[in-house]
Amino acid sequence: MSRNLKEDLRRLVGLESHKPEKGEYTPRARELHDTKKLKKADFDKLKADAELHRRNKRWRRRRWAVLAIVNVLFVLSYRVDVQLVEGSLSGSRFLGIHLIDLNAALQVMLAHKHIIRNLLIGTATIGLMWGLFGGRTFCSWVCPYHFLSELGEKLHLHLAAKRLVKDHPLHRGLRVVLWGVFAGLAYATGFTVYETISPTGITSRLLIYGPGLSALWLVALLAFEVLYSRRAWCRYLCPVGLTYGAVGTFSPVRVNYDLEKCFHEQDCRKVCLVPHVLDVVVKGRATDVHVDIGPDCTRCGMCVDTCPTGALTFSVKGITRH
Amino acid sequence: MSEDPKSGSPPPAPAPAEPAPAKRLDPRALEERRRFLRTAAVGCGLMGLSVAGALPVALRQAQRLRPPGALDERDLLAACIKCGQCVQVCPVEALKPADLSDGFGVGVPYLEPREQACDFACDVGQCILACPTGALTYHKPASLPTRPGAELVQAPVLRDKQSGSDPAMQFKERMGLAYLAAPEACLSVQGKGVQGKPRGEHRALKRYVEVDRWKPVPLAEHPYQLERCDLCVRECPVEGAISIEQKAGPDGVARATPVVHELCVGCGVCEMLCPAEPAAIRVRPRDTWEGA
Repeated sequence: MSRNLKEDLRRLVGLESHKPEKGEYTPRARELHDTKKLKKADFDKLKADAELHRRNKRWRRRRWAVLAIVNVLFVLSYRVDVQLVEGSLSGSRFLGIHLIDLNAALQVMLAHKHIIRNLLIGTATIGLMWGLFGGRTFCSWVCPYHFLSELGEKLHLHLAAKRLVKDHPLHRGLRVVLWGVFAGLAYATGFTVYETISPTGITSRLLIYGPGLSALWLVALLAFEVLYSRRAWCRYLCPVGLTYGAVGTFSPVRVNYDLEKCFHEQDCRKVCLVPHVLDVVVKGRATDVHVDIGPDCTRCGMCVDTCPTGALTFSVKGITRH
Repeated sequence: MSEDPKSGSPPPAPAPAEPAPAKRLDPRALEERRRFLRTAAVGCGLMGLSVAGALPVALRQAQRLRPPGALDERDLLAACIKCGQCVQVCPVEALKPADLSDGFGVGVPYLEPREQACDFACDVGQCILACPTGALTYHKPASLPTRPGAELVQAPVLRDKQSGSDPAMQFKERMGLAYLAAPEACLSVQGKGVQGKPRGEHRALKRYVEVDRWKPVPLAEHPYQLERCDLCVRECPVEGAISIEQKAGPDGVARATPVVHELCVGCGVCEMLCPAEPAAIRVRPRDTWEGA
């Protein structure tokens, strides 16, 4: 296993990444780390440039558009009987093809212990799709709770700037523990315990089938994120995120990091939902000139929008040339 | 504390004059420790909340009426992926996904027959065909248990399809069982008829083959003129599930009384149509045939 993959997987399960040993750098990367120094004038120029770039929300616009279209299609399919994607995010049919959420499928398989063909087909289709487009791409481009949480994050940052609230980070290992506990509970009790609190399923059903008591749980969760812990659900808790993260481990769609262009300002990490995937931008961490960002990355493109020097870009393995 | 029972005992020894210097944690380690405690607290809280979903399942007194072809309750909750595809395909919109008050059963489909019963307007069990996980199924695995009396003695024959080549629906277990809950309120027992809309302005949907086979209409748009009410028998979608018979009441006088038979699947059309308020005939969800 390559060093980078090993580090990616460590980060995925909530462990801290290692600093590279001396011998692990490629010669060119070594040279870049040794020679790159920033002059005051360059730094100020970069800052001014960054201010300009900050208004660039290209990827966020695209992403929100996709997220809205997908979720509105679900709603219209039922409400106006368009019948394009029947069902909800946990399971649906797109033009007759079964699509089944991987984590929901896992819970059902473990709880019911009897797997029928359509369940396998739907799971395989979705697994293939997100394996290709990058597992956690689902999170930022499709999951409706992610969108609500993004709005909550804006509010959190606004209040935090006024010193009214403070972020309380949690340990990312909790997500792995929860994933294991919920899988174990499903198998042992025969109930899909996780679906009771799954904000993904709940938000999707609320949008499609109308309001209900479960909205209170979403409100409570959002309040927790706004007032206490920034993006807590997607960052530290969501087992769905871990499932999709694992599925996207070998996905060709990546955000790619270019050491040569990077000035290690770390603005990208400030906007990132999962800043640990950007550990590589810390000076001295990148072992090669080009490094793919790991599977916990949701491919949301916020870092791409934010980076003032264009060191982070979307890439497709085998197509994009560096 | 209000009162010390050993009031005579001397006060606790004073702290030593020079306490051992407390181990100072550096701020980083302190924050690490706080983060660990926070994480543990949030994890436990989340587990508590999700496991609390067991309460509504355990405490539910009245059972939910589930769609046709549903596995037995526990298996249904396990197998259902809570997607609502069954809800979407139902032509009379009889199915609803349960809310969070159902705990582990959140998102699992159910019907309230008085509001909207399943009248098999789809002819084939669209909800069963739509289910991607086999929670609603025509092919229940042999390994899954069947409660005695839940099994149907024969595949239910749809009266609306009787002229067709394949009038039976192949689901094997009943959803519930209809019973005459309030004979004294039954219009037939009272010898009364129905003039006009049986449920007033209620918007429940029902398919009438003579109106339009593919478009169910609201009850309020389908008035009746009946000398003597026999709606539960007249409109029952299943062949041989219910009939009106002369039956002696508590006073020994024989009256025209609806009698439910073993072929009843518990779809709830009788309860939906019953003009009495509340309905004289009702469905007991998941009830079994004891051999009346």
